Amino acid sequence: METHLTRSPIDVAALLKEARRTDGALCVFVGVVRNESGGRGTVAIDYEAYAAMAESELARIANGLSRDWPEVRVRIQHRIGHLEVGEASVAVLATAPHRDDAFAACRAAIDRIKTTVPIWKKEIRPDGTGEWVDATL
Amino acid sequence: MQVRVFYFASFRDAVNREEETRRMPPGSRVRHLWEALAGDVPYFARFGAMPPAAVNREYASAETELHEGDEVAFLPPVAGG
Repeated sequence: METHLTRSPIDVAALLKEARRTDGALCVFVGVVRNESGGRGTVAIDYEAYAAMAESELARIANGLSRDWPEVRVRIQHRIGHLEVGEASVAVLATAPHRDDAFAACRAAIDRIKTTVPIWKKEIRPDGTGEWVDATL
Repeated sequence: MQVRVFYFASFRDAVNREEETRRMPPGSRVRHLWEALAGDVPYFARFGAMPPAAVNREYASAETELHEGDEVAFLPPVAGG
């Protein structure tokens, strides 16, 4: 089975080579680590996954997108581990014969990833302390 | 009946371990396990409702019945991306 989780840097150029000869549109979304969150500085993010479940959830999302947009093929890579500002945490490639489907499927993919895939992030502040995102209590 | 419980992110920090084995009465459901954990861990008790749960790596409802050897995880709010 294709793996979606990686501890290595995401290679977007390599991802683009997965397009088919029938594809006229390649839509890529890349999420990167930003240097602030809600006005507070961030120097890095530690990504942690429930790996076995995250893999199957990402596969389920990719399969669901194939059902919703039969002409689209979606590839998802999500990095886990320690990422510095500017590094890519997630990449989605949606390829299709035409751009409308590619844009729509790419957008849906990242929205679904953020909702159901068991991956958590701990934002690291300039003073070295860490804070789990959304773990609000 | 014994089940394996896995902890991630803020929940792992709260219990200071990644997994444990819990003994539960036969016929227990996911919500019974959560109630047992919330009885032990003040951080969990502060949750108003049971967080999303997974049994054997798939999302499961509070009423899902547990079986010997099941792998159970309660999932802190997911951020992803």
